[in-house]
Amino acid sequence: MSAILPPSELIWWKTPIGKEEIIWIVLALTWCMIMFAMMPIWHIYGKQNLSNEAYKTTPVQYEAKVTAMVEQHTIRTQSVGGVNVPVVAPPAGSDVYMLGRLWSWYPMLEFKKGESYRLHLSSLDWQHGFSLQPININLQVVPEYEMVITITPDTSGEFTIVCNEYCGILHHTMLGKIYVTE
Amino acid sequence: MSKYRICPDTGLYFDRSGEGLMKANAVAGAVALLVGGILALLVGLTRWPAIHYLGASDFYMVLTAHGINALIFWLIFFEIAILYFASSTLLRCRLATPRWAWAGFALMLIGAVMTNVAIFQGNSSVMMTSYAPMEAAPHFYLGMILFAVGALIGCFVFLGTLVIAKEEKTYHGSIPLVTFGALTACIIAVFTIASGAIILIPSFLWSVGLIGQIDALMYRVIWWGMGHSSQQLNVAAQVSVWYAVAAIVFGAKPMSEKVSRTAFLLYIFFLQLASAHHILADPGVSSTWKIFNTSYAMYLAVLASMIHGLTVPGSMEVAQRKKGFTNGLFEWLRKAPWGNPVFSGIFLSIITFGFLGGITGVVMGTEQINLIIHNTFYVPGHFHATVVLGTTLTFMALTYFLIPVLFRREIIMPGLAKWQPYLFAGGMTILAIFMMGAGTLGVPRRHWDVGFAQAAEMGLKFEFPGSAEMMLGLVGIGSVIAVIGGALYLVITVGSLLFGKKLEESAGLMQSFGFATLAPSCYTSEKIEPVKGPAADLEEHGSAGFEAPGTFILAMLLLVTFVVYYFINWKYLSSVWPMG
Repeated sequence: MSAILPPSELIWWKTPIGKEEIIWIVLALTWCMIMFAMMPIWHIYGKQNLSNEAYKTTPVQYEAKVTAMVEQHTIRTQSVGGVNVPVVAPPAGSDVYMLGRLWSWYPMLEFKKGESYRLHLSSLDWQHGFSLQPININLQVVPEYEMVITITPDTSGEFTIVCNEYCGILHHTMLGKIYVTE
Repeated sequence: MSKYRICPDTGLYFDRSGEGLMKANAVAGAVALLVGGILALLVGLTRWPAIHYLGASDFYMVLTAHGINALIFWLIFFEIAILYFASSTLLRCRLATPRWAWAGFALMLIGAVMTNVAIFQGNSSVMMTSYAPMEAAPHFYLGMILFAVGALIGCFVFLGTLVIAKEEKTYHGSIPLVTFGALTACIIAVFTIASGAIILIPSFLWSVGLIGQIDALMYRVIWWGMGHSSQQLNVAAQVSVWYAVAAIVFGAKPMSEKVSRTAFLLYIFFLQLASAHHILADPGVSSTWKIFNTSYAMYLAVLASMIHGLTVPGSMEVAQRKKGFTNGLFEWLRKAPWGNPVFSGIFLSIITFGFLGGITGVVMGTEQINLIIHNTFYVPGHFHATVVLGTTLTFMALTYFLIPVLFRREIIMPGLAKWQPYLFAGGMTILAIFMMGAGTLGVPRRHWDVGFAQAAEMGLKFEFPGSAEMMLGLVGIGSVIAVIGGALYLVITVGSLLFGKKLEESAGLMQSFGFATLAPSCYTSEKIEPVKGPAADLEEHGSAGFEAPGTFILAMLLLVTFVVYYFINWKYLSSVWPMG
């Protein structure tokens, strides 16, 4: 019974280390360094990264930006529970604003396949989770913070934004849409 | 001189005023596990699409309570008991300030009850994380604060006991490895509670209207300083128990004190950085910060866990080989006491924690890979493998040892006790694997309706692939099996406290719950020899070849699995829409 007793050798830090332990430590440490290196390497060579671009904002300011974009680029509307939600097709390369609030994503967006867009995300109230399905890209949407990512849809079709940060009683009804055309 | 007793079966020392505290904390933990377990069944049956048992608002309330009881109250009560055991019992020292320890226990109890009341009143269905600006009732936060203050007192009682032991020279040389591990857990706990205080006290003041606003991102960063660190505290406590059980069951000696202690030291230095795991998909935090912190400064805490993963089973192998189980690579393991729940629980915990919990945790904690995992069902899948298969299963296994030794009762239904760890681990493994599977398909966590029936009525349609629904069904089945295994644990252990054969005549009911001590004749205050290490081995390390070749092969298997799974996830990431 020795791990629950004091070490047998008083000067335990001078006892030699077994072979398998040394080999294992070297292997494990090497693997740790490889994993550590992978993250900066992916920032350089990989195509899926967060931009680190973010701004402080307020719900009022942010909503105003969303509204301005909606007024300019709405191409049609889609009825959700009796309300007409605008579907917005902003020009390629432009700033696109989407907001999360209890319990909807607003507005719906329409992108062109292969084009890039600067997608801004923020919340007007609580925290929400932007989960783009079935692609499976997941981002945290935090009120008072405006996140910007440059996104390049490379598949076309209808995509759904599921809210995956719990946001109260109707959290499970909070869906949004992004359409990507050829 | 304070009174103590020596366990006639194991020779372990129990301080008269300390043993009641160990019992009371362990029993309070078991009550929290009971509550958490019942709620687990309700959650499991609701996320099983074919059953979908609870309504939405009940589901969110029950899920909040399940998380807090199972993840916080059960584990921390039990950990306080372990801290007292690792200090007072292992160092043969009286417990410092037992009255303060009882006061801490009372605060924890009041806090736990208060938070539960707040949740079940229905106005605090905010999930365990209670992310601002979503607001809970004031006594939700207050209960958590009281619980944390009580736990902090427990930490200081542990530290005080170490000081007394040193002062009164109750041990010879250095503290045992297990006590060193407990000290690691205690230091992490103090950090955890400090972070908790920094965020929960303002949240409480905000909920009663004394503070205008809580910044949502600041809340996340600091809350996770508590939320993630408390899981690291579980890891440190659980690894200490692994070493303890290797010693108790096999008489195993650490392969190298130096290596194992250095690994614990790495935990102290680097483990808490990992609160960054939860902030990887957030705005306003730079990649440099994320990479440094999420990797525990170059994965040095992962290195520590990989070391323990080799040295704990390795020490068992060395001890078994000394007993003559030397045939081939794995005779030592084949002939291990698989019918003893103390051993089987620990070994299942080591394997599942490493292969399921550990690997997936590192993978999803990679900055970019987190983009395909954040807030999906993968996350609870991962932490059911770490916290439940790792910590809860470990604590369950330890209980089977403590009941005769500490509580002086025989285990009832030993035949069922043999099977309990397998049942629980089996159910939980199914649950964890298929939760992660469903998460990989994008299924969100903390979600009442992944069929989106209510959204469809409004005209918004979305369906996950059929395989997701099948996996959610398997998660449901896993949860039912695990709950049966957990219930069996409580029936056997609590049943033993109530009806188990008394190993000491005076081991009555009040005594079982820590409210009374054994008969005075069990205790003595005679001077006791300081606890000493065993005699050093004559044959030394590294003479010829490997001491634990079987364990080394298992470790290599872990490494290969790790590497393959890690790069599979990069491959999956590279298939999603380019973004930057």
